[in-house]
Amino acid sequence: MTAAIKTLDELLTSPTETNRSLSTEEYFLNMGPQHPIAHGSLKLVLLMDGETVRKVIPVPGFVHRGIEKMCEHLGYRQIIHLTDRMDYLSALMNNWAVSKTVEKAAGIETNGRIETIRTIMAELQRLQSHVLWWGVLGMDLGAFTAFMYAFRDREIIGEIFEETIGARLTMNYIQPGGLMYDILPDFVSKVKKLIAYLKPIIEEYDTLLSGNVITQERLRNIGILKAEKAIGLGCTGPVLRGSGIPYDLRKLEPYGAYDKVDFDVVIGTKGDCWDRYYVRIEEMRQSLKIIEQLIDNIPEGPHSVAKINYKIVLPEGTYYGQIETARGVLGVFIVSDGKNETPYRMHFRSPSFNNLWTVTQIVPGWRIADLIAIQSSLDLVIPDIDR
Amino acid sequence: MVTVAQRAAGVLESNIWLSLWFMLIALVAIGALVAFLGMGLIYAERKIAARFQCRLGPMRVGPHGILQTVADTIKLLLKEDIIPAQSDKIMHLVAPFLALSATVLILAVVPYSPILQVANPNIGILYVTAISGLSVMGILLGGWSSNNKWSLIGGMRSAAQVISYEISATLAVLVVVMFSGTLSLAGIVQSQQAGWWLWRMHGVGIISFLIFIIASTAEINRTPFDIAEGESELTGGFHTEYSGLRFAFFFLAEFINMFVASAIAVTIFLGGWMPFYIGGFEHFNRVMTIIPPSMWFAGKTAFLIFIFMWFRWTFPRLRVDQLMRLEWKILMPIGFINLIAAAVIVIQKFYFFPE
Repeated sequence: MTAAIKTLDELLTSPTETNRSLSTEEYFLNMGPQHPIAHGSLKLVLLMDGETVRKVIPVPGFVHRGIEKMCEHLGYRQIIHLTDRMDYLSALMNNWAVSKTVEKAAGIETNGRIETIRTIMAELQRLQSHVLWWGVLGMDLGAFTAFMYAFRDREIIGEIFEETIGARLTMNYIQPGGLMYDILPDFVSKVKKLIAYLKPIIEEYDTLLSGNVITQERLRNIGILKAEKAIGLGCTGPVLRGSGIPYDLRKLEPYGAYDKVDFDVVIGTKGDCWDRYYVRIEEMRQSLKIIEQLIDNIPEGPHSVAKINYKIVLPEGTYYGQIETARGVLGVFIVSDGKNETPYRMHFRSPSFNNLWTVTQIVPGWRIADLIAIQSSLDLVIPDIDR
Repeated sequence: MVTVAQRAAGVLESNIWLSLWFMLIALVAIGALVAFLGMGLIYAERKIAARFQCRLGPMRVGPHGILQTVADTIKLLLKEDIIPAQSDKIMHLVAPFLALSATVLILAVVPYSPILQVANPNIGILYVTAISGLSVMGILLGGWSSNNKWSLIGGMRSAAQVISYEISATLAVLVVVMFSGTLSLAGIVQSQQAGWWLWRMHGVGIISFLIFIIASTAEINRTPFDIAEGESELTGGFHTEYSGLRFAFFFLAEFINMFVASAIAVTIFLGGWMPFYIGGFEHFNRVMTIIPPSMWFAGKTAFLIFIFMWFRWTFPRLRVDQLMRLEWKILMPIGFINLIAAAVIVIQKFYFFPE
C-alpha cells in the first residue's frame, strides 16, 4: 500500500481538529533549523496546543551535500573520505561499511590483524559516540555538567585516534583492502590504560545522571516506542533494541572479529526513553568488554593486503553490505557497470534517517520538554539524515 | 543600637535637605551594591561552574579572569540593541527594567548589619513577598512583547511557576513570623538572639527552611526550575529576542534575585548578621563575636548562593507539569501542615531555647 504523498504546504494548511475540548487555539511552531535541539540543522514543524505537541512534521534537507551523487564520480577508495562526513560520530564504522561491501564484491581477502584492529577501532568509536550522546542528552535535559564530563572523556578517546590515524573526527582510516596506517607500538598499552580509566567513569555517569530522580522522571515512561512500530518504521540500533528487539548485526551476521569475542546484546523492555538511555549506557560497558578481549590478541601480519594506489573495478552487478554503527544499521548499496572504477549508483541506508521518523509516531500527545527528551534519546546525527 | 534607617527617620522629621541627602546616599549605595553583586556573582558562578565541570573558567582577562565580567559588560554595552519589528515596542523596552527594579527594591529592606539597612518598614516581610511577586511581570512582559512563540511559552511558564511557588515560600516565611511575632526584618533578626530559627523552631524550622530554599530556587528561575529560560527547549525562553544591555538587565536581575533569595533566607532562618554561638563554648563564642556582623551576613549569604549554584550545575531540568505537581501536590500540603504544627508549638510555648 502506498501512502499519499503530501507536500509540507498541504500538511501545514490542515490543522487537526482533535481534542479541542478547552477551545484553545492550535498553532504551528518551527523548531529549527536553528534550535539547540537540532544539533545541526533539522527543522521540526510542530502543531502545538499550549505546551502539548499534537503533530510533528520533520523537514530534513538543510545539510544535504549530495554525497551519493558525488560518489558516482569517485573511486571506491576515494569514497571512504566522504563517508566520514555522513555520520561523523561513527566515521570509522562508515568507512568499514563501504570497505566491507567493496571487499566482498571485489573478492579481496583481509587478514586477522586488519579485522581485529578494525573491530577495536570501531568499538572505540562506538564508545566515543555513546559518551558524547550521554553528554548531549544531559545538556538537553538541562544538566550542562554532564556535557562537559562527556567531552572530557571523549577527548581521551580522541587522542588515541589522533595518534594512530592522524585525525579526531573525519578518520578516513579503514579502506578497501586494509587500513590506512598500522597501529603504533604503544597503542595496546594506551588502550589498556583507557579501559582502566573508563570503567569507573561509566559508573560515575550513573551517579551523575542516571540515578538522579529528575532524570528518571524525565525519561521513564516517556515516548514509548512499541516493538511493532519500531520495526515498521525501520528503526535500528539502540532505538530498536530499546524496544526489546535483540537485533544487532554484530551478533546476527558477525563481521570483523565479532565472532571471536563474547559480548551481550542489550535490550530494553518497554521502549521508553529510559530504555533507550540504558541500552546505550550498557553498550558502553559491552564495548569495553569487547576491546578488552581483543586488545591482547592482535595477530601479526600486514596492515593492508591491497597495493597502494591500485584501482578497484567491481564486476557488473549490485552489491549490498551492512554494518552496525553506533546509531544502527548502515547499509551500503552499490551498482557497478563493470567498466568504470567509479560506482554507477551508490546509496546509503543511514540509521538516523529511519530513526528520525519515530518522532512523528511517538511525540504527539507529549509536551515540548518531552520532545526534547525523546529526540535526545534517539541520538540523531543530522548530516547522516541528509547526506 | 540606632540603625541608619532610624537615624534617617529622625533626620526626616527635622530637616528635609538632610533626608534628601540620605536618600541619595542610599540610592548610590544600592546602585553600587547591584553593580558589585552583578560582577561578583557572575564571576563566581562561572568559576564555580568551571570547578564542577573539570575546567578552568575565565582565565584571560586579568589575573584568573577577574575582569572577565567587566569586559563582558563593555561588550554588551556596545552591542546593537535589536528590537523585533513586530514587537510591542514600549513593553519590550520596559520589561528588563521592571525585572531588575523589582529585585533591587528588595535590597533596600535587607538588614546587612545591625546598623546597615536602608529602610526598616514594620511590614518588611510583606513588602518582600509583594515585591518579589512583581519580578514575574518583567519576565512575562518580556516574553509577551517579543512577539515570538518561544518567548511567549517561556513567559507563560514563568508566570505560572513564580505565582505557584510564591505560595510555598510565603507559607514557609509565615512560620518564622509566628515564632518571632514581628513582620519587620530587623525585628526577626533581633528575635534570633538566643538561637537561629532554623533549629530553634523544633523541627518545623528545618522543614520550612527547605521549603523556602526549594521555592526560592523556583522563584528565581534557576535549574532545576529554569523552565522559563530552558535554553535547550525554548532557545532562551523569555529573553530570546533581547540583546545588548537589555539582555544584560535580565541577566543581572537573575543574579541579584539569587542574592535576594539567599539574603532573605539568611535573615529569617539563619540569624541574619547574628554570629554563630554554641552554648557552653565560651572561647569559641568569643572568637565568633570578633567577626563583624556584616561579615557574618555576607558569609551566610555566600554559602546559600553557593548551594543555589550547586543545584544549577548538578541537576537536570524538570518538566513543566512535574514542576506544578511538586508545588501543588507536595510542597504546599507540607507547608500547610508545617504551618499548623508551628502554630501548635507557638501556642504551647514549646521552644528549644526559651528566652
